[in-house]
Amino acid sequence: MDWLLAVSICQAAVTAGTPILFAALGEIMAERVGILNLGVEGMMLVGAVSGFLVTVRTGSPWLGLIASLLAGGLMALIHAVLSVGLRANQVVSGLALTLFGTGLSGYLGKPLIGVPAPSTFRIITVPLLGDIPFLGPVLFAHDYLVYISYLLVPALWFFLYRTRPGLHMRSVGENPAAADAMGISVVGTRYLYTVVGGMLAGAGGAYLSLAYAPTWLENMTAGRGWIAVALVIFAGWNPLAALGGSYLFGGVDALGLRIQAVGTVVPSFFLSMLPYIFTILVLLASARGRRRLVAPGALGLAYDREGH
Amino acid sequence: MMGLRLERRLDAPRALVWTMPLLSVVLALLAGALFLRLTGSDPGEVYGMMLRGAFASRYGTTETVVKAIPLMLCGLGVGIAFRMLLWNIGAEGQLYLGAFGATWVCMSFPGWPSYLLLPAMVTAGCLAGGLWALLAALPRAYLKTNEVITTLMLNYVAILWVSYLVHGPWRDPAGLNFPLTPPFVRSAWLPTFSGTRIHVGLIIAVVVAALLSLVLWRTRWGYEVRVIGESARAARYAGMNVERNILLVMFLSGALAGLAGMCEVSGVIHRLQHQVSPGYGYSAIIVAWLGRLNPWAILVVAVLFGALLVGGYAVQLAGIPAAVAYMLQGAILFFVLAGEFFTRYRVRLVIPPRKHAGAAPAGGHGGGS
Repeated sequence: MDWLLAVSICQAAVTAGTPILFAALGEIMAERVGILNLGVEGMMLVGAVSGFLVTVRTGSPWLGLIASLLAGGLMALIHAVLSVGLRANQVVSGLALTLFGTGLSGYLGKPLIGVPAPSTFRIITVPLLGDIPFLGPVLFAHDYLVYISYLLVPALWFFLYRTRPGLHMRSVGENPAAADAMGISVVGTRYLYTVVGGMLAGAGGAYLSLAYAPTWLENMTAGRGWIAVALVIFAGWNPLAALGGSYLFGGVDALGLRIQAVGTVVPSFFLSMLPYIFTILVLLASARGRRRLVAPGALGLAYDREGH
Repeated sequence: MMGLRLERRLDAPRALVWTMPLLSVVLALLAGALFLRLTGSDPGEVYGMMLRGAFASRYGTTETVVKAIPLMLCGLGVGIAFRMLLWNIGAEGQLYLGAFGATWVCMSFPGWPSYLLLPAMVTAGCLAGGLWALLAALPRAYLKTNEVITTLMLNYVAILWVSYLVHGPWRDPAGLNFPLTPPFVRSAWLPTFSGTRIHVGLIIAVVVAALLSLVLWRTRWGYEVRVIGESARAARYAGMNVERNILLVMFLSGALAGLAGMCEVSGVIHRLQHQVSPGYGYSAIIVAWLGRLNPWAILVVAVLFGALLVGGYAVQLAGIPAAVAYMLQGAILFFVLAGEFFTRYRVRLVIPPRKHAGAAPAGGHGGGS
């Protein structure tokens, strides 16, 4: 493979991986406090449409991004009320969120189909770092959102493993009864991180509609929210591993597109299947390792203080 | 200080169990109305159009039933899996595979008479859907892989597979480049009720519901499924083969979705096209849950959701996207989930006694119910 093609595929892997990365980081936060949120796909879609809508109205992608964060957070709040407050089945509540989000984004986005984005996140090459051969163009010729995601990954890792609130967060997901006994508010912590996690899913949606595609298409996430959920398992609930995993998925996505562009005998439909098949294979691979053991102990379980 | 106290009900009152879903639907429609108002639509007009579209004409009512058939079959399939806490979210893909299997038989043996061709198509549809579900069930049973994600990923693969066929090798040369196969021979059409588009899939769905409730409540295997759903660990202690049941139930679940796909291509569309389903497999999840996983209730809820879909098409004429129907479906599920809380818990207002010396403290741990 020639050098330029390799550079362009790796660069595209980062771009294609970024929306998945945002969503996966958000899901890691929720699952770390014990809340399984299967509404990622729906939250991303609503994030994408509201970001695009506000950008079209105001001309500012930053205001659009804020709208996406709020929309994702609001969606997650529904899940939090149902699964934390009302102790509903988290699987069903998350699925409801995805269905609702799909419909809601389709409804809000109808007038936006075919509307060009007035302004999007532009690519800014980082001085000096951008001049490094290979790594420069691959990692440091992107838009602000990608750089924000670079910072978010170590920040979340540090927060989880090196700070007191991070410890509280993990203990709530691991053993809520013990956390409760220590005086940590299980309900408050779960609400907080489920909502923050939803905001990140919203940001992932914003990346799609304001940087990656820049446009609005119905169901434009095309399963990336679900891939993010799978990635969290693959990454063992660790933000650093999620970074690598996201770019791996982005790479598969980008590779499929490049092969199509070059022209091949393989029909494009099969290349489009690649990310989904790859997701299944990755799940199979991670099921074999010891990764399962690191799943938060109380993941998916409602907490009932009286324990009966 | 006054406070709210939650008490888990030992036995939810039967009346509440059945009225709560109804109340949930009403509240969801009210919330939907509020949302429509906020986004500048007239909720009365939208709901009126949906109602008229779904029920006011003969075409509307029959179309509601036509749309309800795949929802019934997928809902029954999803429901049986949910009973075992197997989250089969792949009914949509299994439906596409069922449509593919049935189409394959129809295209391979176009000379067969109806009484051979239709049963063969049903078998192929069920097999294709069931095997597709097994792809997710095998790793779920033996590797404990998360079946929500695998079944969902398989949906995308299945839809792309059908797209490939109708864009490529199976495309109708006389189809003006539209992505669809040539129309089926007449002998591959499911019979319809006179003058309507309602096909015998309706009877099949009712028979399936009857069989399922019989199996669930009257056979040893049904008992096993119910016990495993309650507690896989207890089932294992009782000597039940959990893995084998996972495979069986998922196969059955996928086969029913596949049957829905067969019915769509053979009873309604009469060919395979790139869009066989407008999301029946996803709506079926709500149908199953709203029907409390009870086969008969699933049939009834499916008709309601069929009406919602037909109503959704009707509002498109007024420039309102059909997505409204899906939004309402999601909202209904939210309210159903919230309602379940009130059937499981009793919310009590606690007014502690006035401050007399030695008054018992309110609340505290372990206050028995």
